Amino acid sequence: MSEIPTDLRYTSSHEWVRLEEDGTITIGITDHAQEALGDIVFVELPEVDSEITQGEACCVVESVKAASDIYMPITGEVIDTNQALVDEPEMINASAYDDGWIFKIKPADEDDIEQLMDASSYESECED
Amino acid sequence: MSQHTCLFKNHQNHGGKIVDFAGWEMPINYGSQVEEHHQVRSDAGMFDVSHMTVVDLQGEKVIAFLQYLLANDVAKLKTEGKALYSAMLDENGGVIDDLIVYYMNDQWFRMVVNAGTRDKDLAWINKQSAAFEVSVTERPELAMIAVQGPNAIEKALSVLPLDVSQAAAELKRFVGSASGDWFVARTGYTGEDGFEIMLPESEAPEFWEALAKVGVKPIGLGARDTLRLEAGMNLYGTDMDESTSPLISNLGWTIAWEPADRNFIGRDKISAEKAAGVKQKLVGLVLEGKGVLRGHMKVICEAGEGEITSGTFSPSLKQAIAIARVPMAIGETCDVEVRGKLLKARVVKPVFFREGKSCL
Repeated sequence: MSEIPTDLRYTSSHEWVRLEEDGTITIGITDHAQEALGDIVFVELPEVDSEITQGEACCVVESVKAASDIYMPITGEVIDTNQALVDEPEMINASAYDDGWIFKIKPADEDDIEQLMDASSYESECED
Repeated sequence: MSQHTCLFKNHQNHGGKIVDFAGWEMPINYGSQVEEHHQVRSDAGMFDVSHMTVVDLQGEKVIAFLQYLLANDVAKLKTEGKALYSAMLDENGGVIDDLIVYYMNDQWFRMVVNAGTRDKDLAWINKQSAAFEVSVTERPELAMIAVQGPNAIEKALSVLPLDVSQAAAELKRFVGSASGDWFVARTGYTGEDGFEIMLPESEAPEFWEALAKVGVKPIGLGARDTLRLEAGMNLYGTDMDESTSPLISNLGWTIAWEPADRNFIGRDKISAEKAAGVKQKLVGLVLEGKGVLRGHMKVICEAGEGEITSGTFSPSLKQAIAIARVPMAIGETCDVEVRGKLLKARVVKPVFFREGKSCL
């Protein structure tokens, strides 16, 4: 069974979202997603300062098996990306929710996060 | 209806993640494809290849038949057990399949063909064999386990039945030997030394566990693909098929043009192609920067456009590699279109990594 922290929000496309104290939002892919992808070997990060709409494909995570799009969980502006993933993309496999974060955004509307799934809804989504 | 090999329970017990492959439920990995890849390059791994099709061809005219059926010439096989890699072509010179044929004796050859091409291969072989009075017998009761890696032979010898082990210990590369219902050949699909072992299905599950006990780890189809790609070995259906001739599929070396009077199926078509000048070839590509090359990506060079047939991230080289079909006149570099961007790649011979060493 994959790990699903209760303090995060989730999308049906397997991104996780964390609201930080300063109002920014950190985004990554879930343990379930990294498990399904297998060994991750490359991450194409989004561009900082780009404004991306919810649901848009904004970066790509590639495993030995396949390339997988990451979708913007909520509309916002990219303010930071995890540069450590450039040389160590496998950190997503090792630590999907911490060291393996992918990018941070400033949300257009912080309340949008409420539309996303909580841990128990995401867990039932993964079981389907 | 998907099929199981006799080792299906072993895969489940070893934590195999099961996927459909050509109608067979097979392990794609047992945890980490990359770790399994390194296991084969550095030590020893085993692959269940029982889904592949073993066909015995027997009869007085079996040699004449195979000289007609295959683009390579079985007359090169002078001693029992010797193996030959060949393409089997149709009348248009397209590749029906690639295969290994073993010379068992003057009236008996054993062929191993791909699982995904079983039905059409058997239909084709049966159709062509009628005129030669050759019997075509599939051997589904044989399991097949490939044991590959620098320590594979030593470890396999330690658990093979004694008589089989003694014969296997003497094998040179690309030669096999039969002992009862067992057949061990020093062949493989990884670019590492090792054996491919055919054995009765009833004995395979226990033999698999014996190999596991001496440190030969189970390896899934995922690592099988990255290993063969690093070794520069074609995959049927991906790097070549009926729509491609062997001459544009890096299989020219497997065509026996001599003797000139040997009439094999497809010969006139590929001879004409050769005479007119072959227009494409398969090359290796190495991506200069970061990223991953994948099948069907477009290749752009001064001489024109081409396409990647197989691409992956090479776990051994830690960079993206590919096999691509490109214009014959391609230079030393090219661009590959990756999600709308052009990335620089180096053009190399399609052999990247073998026996623990980079070939770049």
